[in-house]
Amino acid sequence: MSIEAVPVNFDPDCLLRPGNTNCGGCGMSNGLTMLGRALEDEHYSMVIPACCGIVTAGAYPTTGYNVPVVASTFASSPAFASGVAAVNALNEVDDGGKRHVICWAGDGGTYDIGMATLSAAAERNEDLIYICYDNEIYGNTGGQRSSATPLTARTATTPRGKGEGKKNIIKIMAAHRIPYAATLSIAHPDDFRRKIRQALKIKGFRFFLMHSPCPTGWKTEPAETIELVSLAVRSGIFPLYEVFDGENYRINVEPDGTDPEEYFDKQRRFRGPEMNISSVKRFVEARMKRLKRLESVSEFDAD
Amino acid sequence: MSMQLVTGNHAAGHAFGLAGEANRTARGAVCGIYPITPQTEIVEYVAKFSFSKGAVVPVESEHSAMGVCLGAAMNGARSFTASSSNGLAYMAENVMVASFYRLPIVMAVVNRTLGPPWNIWADQGDSLMFRDFAWIQLYCETSQDVADTSLLAFRLAEDPRIMLPVMVCMDGFIISHTSMEVELAEQEQVDRFLPPCNVPHKLDFDQPKTMGGMTFPQETVAHRHELQEAMGRVPAVFEEHRERFRDVFDRDLAGAVEAYYCEDADTIFVTSGSISTTMRDVIDKRRERGDDKVGMVAIKMFRPFPVDRIRELCAGAKKVGVLDRNCSADRGGIFWQEIRAAMQGGGHPLIQGYLTGVGGCDVIPKTVHEVVDDLLGRSEAGEPVWKGV
Ligand SMILES: Cc1ncc(C[n+]2csc(CCOP(=O)(O)OP(=O)(O)O)c2C)c(N)n1
Ligand code: SF4
Repeated sequence: MSIEAVPVNFDPDCLLRPGNTNCGGCGMSNGLTMLGRALEDEHYSMVIPACCGIVTAGAYPTTGYNVPVVASTFASSPAFASGVAAVNALNEVDDGGKRHVICWAGDGGTYDIGMATLSAAAERNEDLIYICYDNEIYGNTGGQRSSATPLTARTATTPRGKGEGKKNIIKIMAAHRIPYAATLSIAHPDDFRRKIRQALKIKGFRFFLMHSPCPTGWKTEPAETIELVSLAVRSGIFPLYEVFDGENYRINVEPDGTDPEEYFDKQRRFRGPEMNISSVKRFVEARMKRLKRLESVSEFDAD
Repeated sequence: MSMQLVTGNHAAGHAFGLAGEANRTARGAVCGIYPITPQTEIVEYVAKFSFSKGAVVPVESEHSAMGVCLGAAMNGARSFTASSSNGLAYMAENVMVASFYRLPIVMAVVNRTLGPPWNIWADQGDSLMFRDFAWIQLYCETSQDVADTSLLAFRLAEDPRIMLPVMVCMDGFIISHTSMEVELAEQEQVDRFLPPCNVPHKLDFDQPKTMGGMTFPQETVAHRHELQEAMGRVPAVFEEHRERFRDVFDRDLAGAVEAYYCEDADTIFVTSGSISTTMRDVIDKRRERGDDKVGMVAIKMFRPFPVDRIRELCAGAKKVGVLDRNCSADRGGIFWQEIRAAMQGGGHPLIQGYLTGVGGCDVIPKTVHEVVDDLLGRSEAGEPVWKGV
C-alpha cells in the first residue's frame, strides 16, 4: 500500500494547522477553526491544561497551533493564564497593544479538577477568555465520566450508565457575576463568531461553554458531528444563550421542537436500559422554560 | 545601606520587593500569593510593596500561587512567591513545572513541619521533599543571610547558563520570626546588582511555539540531561555572582559552604540553617576549653550538593557528624545520606548521623554539646542518634 501526500492549503492565519492529532469528527477541530477565524487579527496566546486539546498540538518540536501556547497542569489553566494576563497588562504599551489570553480546556479541567482555580479566577474577574470544550467525558485518558457527563451515559467508569446529571456550569459561572458567559455551538458559526467578537469588547472574565462531540467516546459517526450539535440546539438539549453580569439572560436560538430522541438515538453511549427518554424530555422542557423566565426579567440597555 | 533590626521574613520580603521593582525596566514583576504560617509575613510584605511595574495576585491556593508565577515567568516577568509545609506539598505539581520549563522563579521557603498533626515549628522535611525537582536549594543561617541570598537567588536563577528556579529556605520562627541586625539593601544597589530579567524562551508572537506539549523519551532524556548539566554549573556561577555582590554591596555574602576550623580539625560537624550558629558557639567553647580539635562545615547550598568542596574540607577529618533537622523515615537524616554518598571511596572518615530538631524540637547548646561528646567518644559509626525523643 502506498501513502499519497494529501495537498493542503496552509493558511497562516488559521489557528489550527494541518497535521494536528485530533480524531476524525472531533468537535474541537471545528471549534478551534471557528475560534481562530473569529479572532482573526487579534494578538493572543493560549493556555491549555492536560486534555485532548494539548495533544492536538502534536509532538515536540512541531505544533498544531499557530499562536503561542503554554501547557499548564490539569487544574491550573486559569492560574497560569492569570499570570500571563498580568504581564500583558503591565506591558500593553511595549507590546504595541492588547494581547488576549485564552484558556482552552476540557470539561474535566473545568467542571472537576480545575473548579476551584476557575472559580477563583472568575471571582478575581481576571481579564481572560475561558473556553470549555465540553465533550462530556475524559477523552484524553480513554473516556471516563466527568461531572459534565449526562445522566445515563455509559463511560469507561460508568459501565451501567451514569446515575447523576450534568452540573449546570453556566449557572455556576453566572453566580460569580462575571461580565459575560455564553454557550457556543459549532453548528451555528455566525452566532459563535458574534459571541467571540462580543467578548473581545468586554474586559474581565469571560466564560464560554462549547458543545464538543467526541466520536471516540460517544460512539458516534465522525461524519455526524455537526448534525449532532445541530440536533442538540434544535431540541433544546444544548440551548444557545448568553448571560451578562450574571443576571441578564438572552436566548440566541429558539429550539424548533425537534424531538430530543433524535439526538440520543445517534449515540451508542445512551443505549442502556437505564435511558428514560420521557424524563429527559421533561427536564429539557423545564430548563427551557426557566431560561425564558430569566430572559423575560432581564434588563438590557437600549442600543 | 542601613542597619536595621529585622526578621527573616522581613528580610525576604524586602529583597523580593526590591528585586521585583528592579525589573521595571523590563517586563515587570508578578507574584502569586497565598498565606501559611510561618511564611505569611513575606507575602504580606510583598502585597504592601508599591511596584511601579508589578502585580500581586492573591489566589485561592498555593497550587495557583505557583501557577500564576509560571504563567508570568513564561510571559517574561520576574516572578517570586513564598510557602511552607503543607502549602508547599499542595503546590508540588506546579513546583516541578518551574524547573521543567526552565523558569527563573524564586521562592522563599520557611521550613515548617508537615502535618497533620499540625505543628508550625521548624523542620526541613517540606523543602527537602523537592530535592529531586531540579530546583536550586539554599538554606540560610541568619536574617542577613536571607536578605543577601534572596537577592543573589534572582541573579543565579536568571543567569542564561543556569535558568533554574531557586528556593531560599530558612528555619521557621528561629529565623523567620527572630529580629536580628541586618544591613538591608537599597533600591539603587539592587538596580545595579540585578540586570533586567530575560527569559529567552518566553511566549513569542513572531514564532509561535507550544510549550509543554508531548515529547517522546529521546527528547525527554535530553531535557533531563540539560537539567543535570545546568545544575552542575551552579557552584561556579554562584561564586561569580558572589564576587559581583561584593562589588555592589561592599561586603561578602555567606558562601555555598562555610568552613569553621576545618584546617586542623579531626572531628567535623556538618550543619545547615540556624543550627550552624549554635554549632559555631559550641566549637568556640570547646576550642577555648581544651584540646578538642573540632570544626564545622555549614552547608547553605543543598542543591546542587557541593560534593567537591565538602570532600576537600573533610579530607583531614577522622570523624564526621551530620546534624539533620529532618528525617526521611527509614533512611534517617537527608543531609547525612547525602554526605555518606559524597564521601564514597577509599579511606573515608567515620560518618555518624544525628537527628536534631526534627518536628521543631529545640536545638540548644546543650543538645549540640551532647552530639559533640557522642562523636568524640565513638570508635565506630552506628544508626542515627535521635535527640529529643
Ligand atoms: C493532576 C492530574 N491528574 C490526572 C491527569 C491525567 N489526565 C490527563 S487529561 C485527563 C482528562 C482530561 O479530560 P477533559 O478535561 O475532559 O479533556 P479531554 O481529554 O476530554 O479533552 C486526565 C484525567 C493529569 N494529567 N494530571
Ligand atoms: S478523544 Fe474525543 S475529544 Fe479527544 S481528540 Fe478524539 S474525538 Fe476529540
